[in-house]
Amino acid sequence: MLTILFDGIAYGMVLFVLGCGLSVTMGLMNFVNLAHGAFAMLGGYVAVQAMQRLGVPFLASLPLAFLAAALVGIALERLIYRPMYAKSHLDQVMFSIGLVFMAVAGTDWLMGSGQQFIHLPGWLQGRFEIAGIGIGRYRLFVIAICGLLAFSLQWGFTRTRFGSRLRAAVDDARVARGLGIPVNRLFALTFALGCGLAGLGGALGIELMGLDPTFPLKFMIYFLIVVTVGGTSSITGPFFAAMLLGVADVVGKYLVPEIGAFIIYALMVALLITRPHGLFARART
Amino acid sequence: MTHRRTLLGGMLGLALAASTSGYALAQEPVKIGLILPMTGPFASTGKQIDAAVKLFLAQEGASHGGRKLEVILKDDAGNADQTRRLAQELVVNDKVAVLAGFGLTPLAMATAQIATQAKVPEVVMAAATSSITEASPYIVRTSFALPQAAEPMADWAAKNGIKKVFTVVTDYGPGIDAETSFAAKFKAAGGTVESVRIPLRNPDFAPFLQRVSEAKPDALFVFVPSGVGAQFMKQFVERGLDKAGVKLIGTGDVVDDDILEGIGDVALGAITTHHYSAAHDSPANKAFVAAFEKANPGMRPNFMAVGGYDGMHLIAKALESTKGDASGDKLIAAMKGASWESVRGPVKIDPDTRDIIQNIYVRKTEKVGSQLYNVEFATIKDVKDPVKARK
Amino acid sequence: MTARSFESRVGHALYAGRRWHPAELAFWLLAFAAFVLLPSQLLLLNEIAILALFALSLDLILGYAGIVSLGHAAFLGMGAYAAGLFAKHVGGDPVAGLLAGMSAGAMLGLLTSPLVLRGSDLTRLMITLGVALIVYELANSLGWLTGGADGLQGVAMGPVLGLFDFDIFGRTAYLYSLSVLFVLFLVARRVVHSPFGLSLRAIRDNPLRAAASGVPNARRLAAAYTLAAAYAGAAGALLAQTTQFVSLDVLDFHRSADLMLVLIIGGAGYLYGGLVGAIVFKLLQDAIASFTPQYWMFWIGLFLVLFVLGGREIIHGVVKGVAGRLSAVRKGAVR
Repeated sequence: MLTILFDGIAYGMVLFVLGCGLSVTMGLMNFVNLAHGAFAMLGGYVAVQAMQRLGVPFLASLPLAFLAAALVGIALERLIYRPMYAKSHLDQVMFSIGLVFMAVAGTDWLMGSGQQFIHLPGWLQGRFEIAGIGIGRYRLFVIAICGLLAFSLQWGFTRTRFGSRLRAAVDDARVARGLGIPVNRLFALTFALGCGLAGLGGALGIELMGLDPTFPLKFMIYFLIVVTVGGTSSITGPFFAAMLLGVADVVGKYLVPEIGAFIIYALMVALLITRPHGLFARART
Repeated sequence: MTHRRTLLGGMLGLALAASTSGYALAQEPVKIGLILPMTGPFASTGKQIDAAVKLFLAQEGASHGGRKLEVILKDDAGNADQTRRLAQELVVNDKVAVLAGFGLTPLAMATAQIATQAKVPEVVMAAATSSITEASPYIVRTSFALPQAAEPMADWAAKNGIKKVFTVVTDYGPGIDAETSFAAKFKAAGGTVESVRIPLRNPDFAPFLQRVSEAKPDALFVFVPSGVGAQFMKQFVERGLDKAGVKLIGTGDVVDDDILEGIGDVALGAITTHHYSAAHDSPANKAFVAAFEKANPGMRPNFMAVGGYDGMHLIAKALESTKGDASGDKLIAAMKGASWESVRGPVKIDPDTRDIIQNIYVRKTEKVGSQLYNVEFATIKDVKDPVKARK
Repeated sequence: MTARSFESRVGHALYAGRRWHPAELAFWLLAFAAFVLLPSQLLLLNEIAILALFALSLDLILGYAGIVSLGHAAFLGMGAYAAGLFAKHVGGDPVAGLLAGMSAGAMLGLLTSPLVLRGSDLTRLMITLGVALIVYELANSLGWLTGGADGLQGVAMGPVLGLFDFDIFGRTAYLYSLSVLFVLFLVARRVVHSPFGLSLRAIRDNPLRAAASGVPNARRLAAAYTLAAAYAGAAGALLAQTTQFVSLDVLDFHRSADLMLVLIIGGAGYLYGGLVGAIVFKLLQDAIASFTPQYWMFWIGLFLVLFVLGGREIIHGVVKGVAGRLSAVRKGAVR
């Protein structure tokens, strides 16, 4: 039972890293970016290519995945995302679905439609047992990395100047701008960071979720659930939402596999009905 | 609004008048409508079959029975009503003599009615649910039926000291087919079976594998769509199930030749039953694999490719025996009972069910040189689809 | 201004909106004429008609009531399965099946409307999506009823009105779908130009003010949502009947996503938006798919991005040119 809990936490951690960038961009610019998964896919493919073609070790491929996704994120934000901020939600949804379609077909064309695989170094393979709990080494590794990330994000968000400016901008962009906070640059940076995190999550998730050109479509729903359930104004919200979903999904499928497919959707609908603004939403006027 | 209603009536009347005029099949050349998922999650199926069809035409030439074969490729993206519309358009507008392809069961099923209505043979090159060939008297299959591969696995397991099996299948048509036929056969042979089904959209296999590991079976029988097979195997090993002495068995779908290299060493030792392996030891197959890999660098032919290759072979052969007569009834009659030496071994189209009769091989995944292959070590000859054979 | 003169002005405006514009007549004449003009494209035309009806349904809630939805496929699928099962187990009469499909869609709409009517846009997107996914999984797991992933087999249709059999060329199918689309369009046209439609737009534009003016927001929205669900159910029923097959695909996410694209292309908030969008979308998809069968998705995506980034004004300029001053006349009249 504890083993399965552990598995669920690892899974939730990956969901968190994948989704937290989206929640910040959504909260900050009120921009619905369904193409978030495309950045995760990009990170995943960069990691795979770096390992297969260039022989980069697994650990070194992770920062590469982060950087590549972040750089592409900055470039796209500058070039095509910026004019979208002023448009309606619907336009944004369409625009980012368009991007997803392009990413899916483009990746298919460049890389082929097959599943991508990585070979983990020996020390991350296999599992060991502590007090009867089976612990997969890779899952432990994922939890460690993502936990560290979540912690530093939370710290950065609440304790640094960047974080306080960001929170100010999320709360009220107009006032923040009036106070001399460079909201646009702040947003570009945050966007890049979010994309980079997605890229990292994509690379980390290959072993747990697989990677193929349809990745952005397949997992879009999961990201969106994390964000909507978690709310868009903090790090802790998406974090707990991701944990809850990861654990509920894995444990639920373990206990009652017959209804495995329904669990997360039902959970999402139930949560949204009871807490329409997310788990940890502050009361807004 | 009355005038509009009269207009509507007039239009309907016109439709009736127009539908009485008949249509004739074009004379030359013989067109084959090839409908495959070239995009979407099942694109690899489409690409394998497309490559095999092109290879066939390059090797055997396009002229058969005095007629030239012309293949029209359409992409249905694995979407059933798209398939149906494309098939309908191919029949009505392009006047194709044969419909072929069909990557998934619902796609083949959606087209069955068109085949019957238009009397056009539908050559199923991939989809594997048993009941497909019963959907229309014009359906012929050159791939395989899942129970055909799953039941020999149950036999082999029962004979090789396996008493308790846990089955894990994806919760959709072929998965359920594999589970039920395996479980029935294995129970009949005296074994015990526990089962669990995985939802179609499922990123993480941990909860299901955990159940398996707690049940401590002798073997784990698995059927998942070929793309996610790799992940499944990796997690199987990650969970230490291989070291706990659980054998991984299944139909050949999980160790698909197309992705076997990507799965990597975790696949070693998996025992599977299937109708084709790229490592099949025959001169014809060696030549086929070499030609296929030459024409499509980086791709290894899998059972989908062979289904497509044999499908074309069957069409060409039927056309030769009708001496170029491409009418549907003649073609289907010529296809029934056709037999030939395929690259997978001897095959025959069952004249009663129009399904394929073929050898099923028991294989073990091994390293051959630096690459992984499914090496065949036992053969069960001339297997019919057991589900239809019992009827 | 006295209350009576205000009322009469509103009544006049509504009446003006109901008047038929010549461009509208031309549109429908062309749609029926396509049957004779494009005899080899009837299957595609049939799909366009069905998609147009589906888009009309989304337009009713999105364009007129301001409810965003990423899960409209749930109603399409509900209608399709209901009509398919009706044909299989009850009888092959298409019109009865159509009604069955519509009521199934409406039922689901009514049941889920309390969920949808709360929360922000984003919450609505997610809830509709969640409902669609749950329905999808239900259809998949109720294999004994729906045929699961194999699709629903054995849907045999009788002739339309007892007279016209479905043929392989899609002749009856197209005329049948187009007629249903036309009739339902007339109903929708009447609805949006009624006081009810007006109150929906009031809610869309400013829910608080609408509530303050005595509009029962929740009930009106629920009614609109249910009506739209019935329309989507009708589209699903048409799909099931003309293809005589239902698969899980009717519930898939891409249906809902495509539908949004259709409405974005055609423009939401006027009834012809969905129709025009459906025509453009299908023609585009067909043209691109026959041109590059493997990568049409890329081009559709590129088209969308460019479209939202600035191409829409150009296309809508053309559309408006064709539709004449229709929308201008109507807007002028309402305001």
